[in-house]
Amino acid sequence: MASTTANPIQLSAKSNELPKSQGLLARSTRRFFKHRMAVTGTSILVAIILFVSLGTVFFSEADANFNDTSRRLLPISSEHPFGTDTIGRDILARSIYGGQISLLIGITAVTMMVGVGTFVGVLSGYYGGIWDAVLGRIIEAMLSIPQLLLLLVMARFFAGKIPQQELFGRSFSGSVIVIILIIGLTSWMQLARIVRSNVLSLRESEFVSAAKALGASDRRIIMSHILPNTLAPVIVAATLGIAGAILAEAYISFLGLGVQPPTATWGNMLEGAKQYIGEAPWLWIFPGLLIVLSVISINFVGDGLRDALDPRSDSKV
Amino acid sequence: MTQYILRRLLQSIPLVFFVSLILFILMNSAGDPLATMGGRIPPRAEDRQRLRRQLGLDQPILTQYLYWLVGNDWVMLDLDGDGEGETEGTRKGVIRGDFGTSVVTRQPAMEVISSRIENTMILMLTAEGLAIIIALAIGIYSAMRQYSAIDNLLTSFSFITFSVPIFLLGLILIYVFAVQFKAWGLPHFPTSGMYDPLVGKTFQQVSIHMVLPVTTIALISIAGYSRFIRSTMLEVINSDYIRTARSKGISERRILYLHAFKNASLPLVTLIGLNLPGLIAGAVVTETIFAWPGMGRLFIDHLLRSDVAVIMGLLMIITVAVILSQLMTDIVYTWLDPRIRYS
Repeated sequence: MASTTANPIQLSAKSNELPKSQGLLARSTRRFFKHRMAVTGTSILVAIILFVSLGTVFFSEADANFNDTSRRLLPISSEHPFGTDTIGRDILARSIYGGQISLLIGITAVTMMVGVGTFVGVLSGYYGGIWDAVLGRIIEAMLSIPQLLLLLVMARFFAGKIPQQELFGRSFSGSVIVIILIIGLTSWMQLARIVRSNVLSLRESEFVSAAKALGASDRRIIMSHILPNTLAPVIVAATLGIAGAILAEAYISFLGLGVQPPTATWGNMLEGAKQYIGEAPWLWIFPGLLIVLSVISINFVGDGLRDALDPRSDSKV
Repeated sequence: MTQYILRRLLQSIPLVFFVSLILFILMNSAGDPLATMGGRIPPRAEDRQRLRRQLGLDQPILTQYLYWLVGNDWVMLDLDGDGEGETEGTRKGVIRGDFGTSVVTRQPAMEVISSRIENTMILMLTAEGLAIIIALAIGIYSAMRQYSAIDNLLTSFSFITFSVPIFLLGLILIYVFAVQFKAWGLPHFPTSGMYDPLVGKTFQQVSIHMVLPVTTIALISIAGYSRFIRSTMLEVINSDYIRTARSKGISERRILYLHAFKNASLPLVTLIGLNLPGLIAGAVVTETIFAWPGMGRLFIDHLLRSDVAVIMGLLMIITVAVILSQLMTDIVYTWLDPRIRYS
């Protein structure tokens, strides 16, 4: 993006030392922070995380779920900076606690996606043969159904099958676990394909042959030779996957099959907002804006990471 | 080539069966169709039991799948519950074109679905056509004038639109072009349904009701396509053969359309071909917001009522459409780039 050039090699007369070489991490960090969009994205993301975490100092979860129909659909005021919803809950408090759930769903669903995707990718790339054939067909099958439809069918399948959970002193509706599970289970296919193709080429590389010749076990070759070398695309896919998972949650919750109230998420706060679109635009503007901001900033960070982790991009950034 | 197409088609047959089995098991374990049959549900336990038998819900799941797939007109069903089959089955099964009967409307599932296909197609084809044309214009313009003020504006606009969930875009359009326009006394657009029932389903009515949903779907697609066209055009423009063409004195216009665009369109074909699932997802949400009587809304409505016959029919049509569109993409590829050969 930015057209700054890389540090030119200093060839001054008085020094004949080699230019100081930088480690991969240092180089990637430097490139990342030179990426204008990545820095913007990171700052917005930090602001959103501060909003959902520091907000808990001012509001308790009980405030977020407290309803009083006598104060329903109140417009923006100093008492309710974001207004109130259809049953009189404070939208600012709900945005804070809803944001926590939305981000939690994004991160945990992606952890699952990375786990399943890497496992399947390594299995079919490294062992090949029957594994590759079977897993390849499963990936193909899952990719031939639009993700949203699969999510909706699975949301219906799991609905009510998981009871309420207590975690970190908060109670989560079982539907939160369901949503994490189904987003994780329906989004790993692309990642598995990326990992598989990487593993395929790494398996034939000389350092893997050398490790094999030295008698390293498959487990050791995979864990300490192949996986570290396929980390970069996984990190990028995972970052972009968080944005995808936040959007996926918003879609199913908007359609009424996602996280069930009283637990708030940015997605289910928008459900039913259309009925009040003219009278109470604050119902959808604030949660909607938060979804868009977090998705854009995560996408920015993902793009920045892609450029920063690409060893060939040094001349460009 | 013909061989390749035939082989791909043959390979996709087991795929479709596999997908249908998984979806059938998921759908049949999701909710009780009897619980959602409206007011018609008999409260007596033995009546419920009889209804289950009539609908075939008393059978093991794999038997139900078999009946759904190949029909049950070759077995004697036990409808009175005495353990002996006495009634001949009537279902013909999916492979003979019988998708079963909807538990909601009591009509054949295919009839329910086909009445909606046209409505969705009107919406999708218009939106997709518009999106491709506008995205091409934006993408080529941006590539020609890289880093100009307009290019920067268009690029950031598409970046933002790309991150907006489609339902939010729909809500924003409704808020601006229906609610606010009405408040300002400007002509405003209708926000639900396909036509005004008082006027009837005329061409004019349908077109005016289409404006907002089509814009919603098109904007999302434009955002993705135009960014993509811009980057592939830039890549092509900076390639050697374009420089050669220029140095030979060929006019800019000819270079653009004949040399650059044809090569840049190759990745676009993949993108459009692979966008079908996204388009269908967009249809589900958009049709729900705008109360458009299409397949997407049918899907949500009948999913909530566990209408297995209709949902399975819809999912099968969509799965086959996605597989075919992937095959089509590959075929168009060879046509656009003769270097690609499938064997």
